[in-house]
Amino acid sequence: MIEVRGLAKYFGRFTALRGLNLRVADGEFIALFGRNGAGKTTLLRILAGLSHPSAGKATIQPAGGVVPRYVRGCIGYLSHNTSLYVDLTALENLRFYAQLLGLPTDDNFLMQRIDQVGLTGREQDPVRNYSRGMQQRLALARAVLHDPEILLLDEPFTGLDQPGSDFLKRYLLQAHSGGKTCLMAIHDAQLGFELADRLIVIDKGVAALDLAKSSLSFSEFKKQYDRVMQ
Amino acid sequence: MTKIWAVFRKDLLIELRTKDTLNSMLFFGVVVLVIFSFALASLRESIRPAVPGILWVAFAFSGTLGLNRMFASEKENGCLQGLLMLPIDRGAIYFGKMLAATVFMLISELIMFAVTLVFFNLTVWHEIPYLILVFLIGTLGFTAVGTLLSAIAVNTKLREVLLPLILFPVILPILVNAVEATNIILNTSDYGALRLPLTVMTVFTIVFGTISYILFDYVLED
Repeated sequence: MIEVRGLAKYFGRFTALRGLNLRVADGEFIALFGRNGAGKTTLLRILAGLSHPSAGKATIQPAGGVVPRYVRGCIGYLSHNTSLYVDLTALENLRFYAQLLGLPTDDNFLMQRIDQVGLTGREQDPVRNYSRGMQQRLALARAVLHDPEILLLDEPFTGLDQPGSDFLKRYLLQAHSGGKTCLMAIHDAQLGFELADRLIVIDKGVAALDLAKSSLSFSEFKKQYDRVMQ
Repeated sequence: MTKIWAVFRKDLLIELRTKDTLNSMLFFGVVVLVIFSFALASLRESIRPAVPGILWVAFAFSGTLGLNRMFASEKENGCLQGLLMLPIDRGAIYFGKMLAATVFMLISELIMFAVTLVFFNLTVWHEIPYLILVFLIGTLGFTAVGTLLSAIAVNTKLREVLLPLILFPVILPILVNAVEATNIILNTSDYGALRLPLTVMTVFTIVFGTISYILFDYVLED
């Protein structure tokens, strides 16, 4: 479960989050919408432990119950930054992260992960030679290497071509049906609506709209979404 | 230990492939030595007392260049973010990076020292084990502080300028004592006198290494 209470984050005079409240149940898939600078990335970075809030609290309690120090091990974070070393090959990148995560580092285990994201045959190529879409696929393999319970996704579809986008969509739906909790910041309203079961629009650092998908059609959601975005 | 080794091995692998850090460190260090060699050409016969200072100026300048690269490469593609997301003691990142910086510096120092011997026409044989000890402790002290300050500087706009500005005042005790120890070895051969500078350098390295390890967790977050 994720619980956010009165979360605020200030960058000098700029307020990214202004007392945001949010409760996410285990296994929920939430799409976060909002303008650039609305506070989506800031919220995800705070949840990922990459940034400290200026005020308020964000707590993550994984379903299994984990010592606070190891909560990060239950989170997979994927953003448009791939966190990949471009001078290393795909296999070397995954081996490095697997070593730090205490996972097996043998070729079989790593090749399975590479195969899952459709990069078999390119595993010995330096990441520098990959297209943006291939890098994002490998970034996904890196983010879910430890099979995390919670996925924090910041614009994960950025730069993906149609096949890459379809692949990620399939992967996320599969992860959701497998009981993983997903929080995804996204600009594409239709795609977000398609994937998530709860839709939140963040505006000026607070949740301006918080809707369950089951209660409305896309056109109804779009109307309300457009009203907030105007 | 496996985590420290993983970070160190990764940095080493990248360096073996790109040679970015070592090439720039070596090039800069050798240029500094060439400048000194020409500037002090008239003193060639009595240059030996000046060599310790010249050496450590070259080591410190080229080492700063290397430290600047240590975290700059982690910022590319948000790799640092990937590391910070891992459920590991961030001290492992610090020690892995420090170890890599130490190895890169020691390699470039050995080459620069060989160049110095040629430029200044020096002969050293039985001094070499003592010199290696001073280079090792001096470099560990330099990178113990430098790795932390490099992590601080990398999040600023003026990182290349900022690092030497904050690094040199802090590592002054290491540099002064390293020059002193090198001077004792090259010019007096009174190895008993090495005890004081080596003790100061070792204590500095342990104290600042511990402080840096403790602070490292905080400097990486915004």
